[in-house]
Amino acid sequence: MKITVASGKGGTGKTTVAVNFFLSVPKISLLDCDVEEPNSNLFLHNDLEKVKDVTIPVPVIDEQKCEHCGKCADFCNYNALAALPQKVMVFSDLCHGCGGCSLVCPNDAISETGRSIGDIERSFSGKFHTGLLNIGEAMASPLIKELKTYAGENTVIMDAPPGTACPMITTVEDTDYCILVTEPTPFGLNDLKLAAEVVREMKIPAGVIINRAGVGDGGVEEYCHQTGLPIIMEIPYDRRIAVAYSEGIPFVETMPQWKEKFLQMFETIKEAVR
Amino acid sequence: MRQLTVISGKGGTGKTTLTSSFAALAENATIADCDVDAANMHLLLQPEIIKTYDFTALPTAVIHPEQCTGCGICVDHCRFGAIKEGFEIDPYICEGCGVCEYVCPVDAVTMEYNKCGEAYESKTRFGPLVHAKLGIGEEAGGKLVTLVREIAEEVAQKNNCDTIIIDGPPGTGCSVIAALTGVDIALVVTEPTVAGIHDLKRVIEVAEHFDIPSLVCINKSDINDSKRREIETFCTQKGIRIAGEIPYDTTPTEAMVKGKTIVEYTDNSFAKCVIEVWEKVKEEMGS
Repeated sequence: MKITVASGKGGTGKTTVAVNFFLSVPKISLLDCDVEEPNSNLFLHNDLEKVKDVTIPVPVIDEQKCEHCGKCADFCNYNALAALPQKVMVFSDLCHGCGGCSLVCPNDAISETGRSIGDIERSFSGKFHTGLLNIGEAMASPLIKELKTYAGENTVIMDAPPGTACPMITTVEDTDYCILVTEPTPFGLNDLKLAAEVVREMKIPAGVIINRAGVGDGGVEEYCHQTGLPIIMEIPYDRRIAVAYSEGIPFVETMPQWKEKFLQMFETIKEAVR
Repeated sequence: MRQLTVISGKGGTGKTTLTSSFAALAENATIADCDVDAANMHLLLQPEIIKTYDFTALPTAVIHPEQCTGCGICVDHCRFGAIKEGFEIDPYICEGCGVCEYVCPVDAVTMEYNKCGEAYESKTRFGPLVHAKLGIGEEAGGKLVTLVREIAEEVAQKNNCDTIIIDGPPGTGCSVIAALTGVDIALVVTEPTVAGIHDLKRVIEVAEHFDIPSLVCINKSDINDSKRREIETFCTQKGIRIAGEIPYDTTPTEAMVKGKTIVEYTDNSFAKCVIEVWEKVKEEMGS
């Protein structure tokens, strides 16, 4: 079973939920798919080994064969090629690696080479994998896709990137259940609605965790009741949790009674997926 | 005209709380909400939309079943795995490259452009706001950020504004890069937590990569004293000025529930810290 933890907005507690869930339930694994800012291991303190340098194919122009006809640049929807009278320039940062340019080239002047976009690392136990996007790199989705191939057979928790754009979709796509973490404030509600719309459209069963319960207003609860989105856990607004978080300590370690709550929530999720 | 982008690496550090207060404090600024993926500024500034711009980025492939012979050549060539069983395109996965249209031997594929977001020019009680909404699951967030910034520049010129204040998205990817390029200064909001420091370092690297000078503001500064000092040491080593510190407090949530910016909601010590940060930022921008 694949369970994603998503939120719409950043900073609502996705990583907190993913890590504490992972530490509470035996025999599950964790993928940190927030490859722009992977934070899970800051709480797990695993020694990591690199398992893969993820690359995407980008074009290389053979100037001996190229006649500067411009067909490659015309085809490219990402403006990654510019055909000048004397030379074809490749802007590999913009290339999505679709391979269209080499298909359309009448002179067979385009081959491809791999451009690194980031790494995949894993803990020695093999139960935890994380992706790390290179600095200045815009393309998170191919790295997330590759990372997801390490999910394995057991139940896996995937910590999704914030937002509802392509990196979040890539993570949530093809998963069995989505936990939506929110906080009970107008900002939290606004972003929860966006994320809930995504999972509804993708037909993925979902439940809500209200983090920092007790602050804000009742808007989130009202929305969940109206739309039939189950609230599967509430984590209270508690300075002790914030302090443990700041130190990189998962709160199930300082408050072990919470492990039981995560186990119960896992049962609820299994029930919903069945 | 000067441009400031507020970024954070990590989400939820208080970018919008700060930026909305800057909007209230600035005398002559255009505000641009570039967190197009989860825009929140409108909740505090209650904009009155005066102009809507359609946003169209990349096309999506559509396979017409009456023409499709099921040969599978498109599936073989699609590098994104966007063509599902029964030769249906998954629009969330399709990247709009057009390879399937090109290779189809019977012209059963067309590339169709659909609107995938909107940008808005608005009036608020603090002056012009440019904001946007990205369609659910759309990519090209970076392009929509660029559109918001282009409109913001026009609006600022039209209104004789001397400053553009940009509320940036979290992370270090596509949208952040689009929100940062070419601005005069980045204000990085961080918090003294392991995750906050980790993300601060990454986003500072992004700013350096694009040659943007940065300033740091430490939010929730009293939650962890040793982590706060770690941020200070990091900034000193990097030669980055700290624009101010803001305590862990319920004021932002209370103000948010009332739909107000901090500086409108209260004049307590929390608000004073926010004002101090703005003064430092203005000084750094040389205005």
